[in-house]
Amino acid sequence: MQLTGAQALVKSLEMQDVEVIFGLPGGAILPVYDPIIDSSIRHILVRHEQGAGHMAEGYAHVTGRPGVAMVTSGPGATNIVTPLADAYMDSIPLVVVTGQVPSSAIGTDAFQEADITGITIGVTKHNWLVTDAADIPRVVAEAFYVATTGRPGPVLVDVPKDVSNATMDWYWPETVDLPGYRPATTPEPAAIEAATELIVTAERPVIYAGGGVLKASAAAALRELAELTGIPVVTTLMARGAFPDSHPLCLGMPGMHGNYTAVTAMQQADLLVALGSRFDDRVTGKLSAFAPRAKVIHVDIDKAEIGKVRRPEVGIVADCRLAVEALVTALRPQRAAGLLEASRLGAWSRELASWKERFPLTYDRSGPAAAAGRPGRSPRLKPQFVLETLRDATPDDTILAAGVGQHQMWASQFWRFEHPNTWVSSGGLGTMGFAVPAAIGAKVGRPDRMVWAVDGDGCFQMTAQELVTASAERIPVKIAILNNAYLGMVRQWQHMFYEERYSEVYLSPDLPDYVGWAEAMGCVGLRVEHPEEVLAAIEKANQVDDRPVVVDFRTDSMEQVFPMVPAGASNDDIVVHPSQRPGTAAGAEL
Amino acid sequence: MSPSAGPGTGAGPSGRPRHHLLSVLVENKSGVLSRVAGLFSRRGYNIFSLAVAPTDDERFSRISIVVDVDSAPLEQVVAQLDKLVNVVEITELHPDEAREAELLLVTVVADAERRAQVFQLVGVFGGQIVDVGLEEVTVMLAGSPSGLDDFEELMRPYGIIELQRTGRVALPKLGGRSPSTARREQQALESA
Ligand SMILES: Cc1ncc(C[n+]2csc(CCOP(=O)(O)OP(=O)(O)O)c2C)c(N)n1
Ligand SMILES: [Mg+2]
Repeated sequence: MQLTGAQALVKSLEMQDVEVIFGLPGGAILPVYDPIIDSSIRHILVRHEQGAGHMAEGYAHVTGRPGVAMVTSGPGATNIVTPLADAYMDSIPLVVVTGQVPSSAIGTDAFQEADITGITIGVTKHNWLVTDAADIPRVVAEAFYVATTGRPGPVLVDVPKDVSNATMDWYWPETVDLPGYRPATTPEPAAIEAATELIVTAERPVIYAGGGVLKASAAAALRELAELTGIPVVTTLMARGAFPDSHPLCLGMPGMHGNYTAVTAMQQADLLVALGSRFDDRVTGKLSAFAPRAKVIHVDIDKAEIGKVRRPEVGIVADCRLAVEALVTALRPQRAAGLLEASRLGAWSRELASWKERFPLTYDRSGPAAAAGRPGRSPRLKPQFVLETLRDATPDDTILAAGVGQHQMWASQFWRFEHPNTWVSSGGLGTMGFAVPAAIGAKVGRPDRMVWAVDGDGCFQMTAQELVTASAERIPVKIAILNNAYLGMVRQWQHMFYEERYSEVYLSPDLPDYVGWAEAMGCVGLRVEHPEEVLAAIEKANQVDDRPVVVDFRTDSMEQVFPMVPAGASNDDIVVHPSQRPGTAAGAEL
Repeated sequence: MSPSAGPGTGAGPSGRPRHHLLSVLVENKSGVLSRVAGLFSRRGYNIFSLAVAPTDDERFSRISIVVDVDSAPLEQVVAQLDKLVNVVEITELHPDEAREAELLLVTVVADAERRAQVFQLVGVFGGQIVDVGLEEVTVMLAGSPSGLDDFEELMRPYGIIELQRTGRVALPKLGGRSPSTARREQQALESA
């Protein structure tokens, strides 16, 4: 069967069971957009290529399947570099197809030429410039294989226009042949045995669960391991939902804005069982002071992560699920032999419980501080209150996306994550503007679930145009803007570390008019200024299922995220909420 | 700096070797060199020298990289390199387990007065005069990197006009496959 390169490309994507492509056409990718008309694959036309990339990420986050985006050469391709970098940092499988100028024009500074394979070498797991139409099925098969196996990640396939237009004899490769690519899978029995010994003898162990647990579908195995051993679990920003927040062994999120118990448990631990986590600086704080007495078992599918930051006593290079299952199998006899009695961790559990009780996540719920300076008016609307209300007014399995900033940290802190793959957040790159398109992609992947995005006013302005895409495609996502009129996280740093000298962080609460903007984009727009209106607005939004909803929550500009470990400080110097500091009466002003 | 403490042998202040030679077999795909070189700059690893050419199998090339491991632990460099899809195999070659070689071209002042001395040194090192000018000569010398360091230092006083080295290449020593071991093994087999 003779096909054009373009037809072969679309057919190859069909062979990979792609159900949706997020994209936007242009000159160099035109040939590929023609067979799209006849394809079974759904195409979602975005308004900016960055949106396509983040949608593909959101889709991948919640489905575990690779997200696919397609854009044209030059500016189309460079517009999707940020999502590639984001996916690379957070190990999200993406396949991005870019059009390229014709082969004969490459290297001549042709119209809309950009060396996108060169540009993206550092932010993709691998990329390909296709030089022959006959290579297309092979390259597509390789691209999906590389994106989804081992440590997942983004890949890019660059297709010159003449290659799309050329003809080839169709075939489909049954296998891929990549002599230099050998992803790890099963753990070494010796390493499992060594890890088992450390686990049995530890007195203050903590499981440090990272995003790899979700990538490897290891949440159930993790729960088994925790329950078998009685070891408490912290879930990093990338692992929220990998272990239920309601579980008695769950300590919640560690790190710069983690809760006191999670942070301090790691500091005081004598054993860290790191599962698919990478000792990120936002988790460790000052590295030389991090978990100084802990031995480390580090499970990661990426060998280069083992010892990159912290040298483990036991390194296990393997798929996280297989490794955890192997640990469970190895520990069962120990349990039967009475070596894992809960009582062995009694002192540790009591200590953790006392921290939980003394230092829960908290904020000024009402009272004089919240109403200060507003005589006769209702207290200021606290962002945490909005999140708690939203959490309690939505189903357990709601998917929550977030932007980057204070609102993201509050969302991670105050939500209760009970299920894997319900949290869609940009961790490693910290990309403002992630929330709206990622939520749209998530809703496309899981139309059966309710999808909310919690966004900042700053973030929302970076990618809000994708709500036009959502309206046009009838993708009913819901956006809660925690509108504090500031680049709040930056403001917080200027407050704490630059003597309240606020430089270029003010945004205004009503420029733009978010409700008017939402309506102009075909969404329902709501505004909430007072605590007593919060629930009604959320319930109203929950009932809309034929278009997106945007709720503009006018939240307190002064609110800060606590606890906080200042950048570069030791986790021991965690700064708790003012009301929890020694000698402070609860509810005192900051 | 004495010649033997020069970059060729590369002992760090602590006395441990600062330079490691990695022999990296890569697929002969376009852009593979920039993937490898880019990884080093991206991750802040220093390349001391780099030599690349196709192998006898046209699908593969071999890149010989001398890494300055003060910039990162070798193990981490190797693990990151290994993640590149086009990198097929990485071998670390310890100087005492490898045959290393490098090529040097140097144009040095050799006026009538000093020409004989220069020629003599070239002869001692087994180099070759490849070009002769009125007041200078160009010498080619192949050999061990430390020998090249020594030669370079000895040429310096005469006035080096231009110098180019290729960076080192290496293959593992035959070790177990050397004629003497092979014979011993054979004898052991026969007597058994
Ligand atoms: C693309 C991008 N630019 C800049 C930053 C730096 N940055 C981190 S948080 C933040 C403020 C975000 O403001 P907003 O969306 O209003 O969220 P808030 O912190 O107020 O909740 C900024 C500017 C970033 N993370 N991403
Ligand atoms: Mg804000």
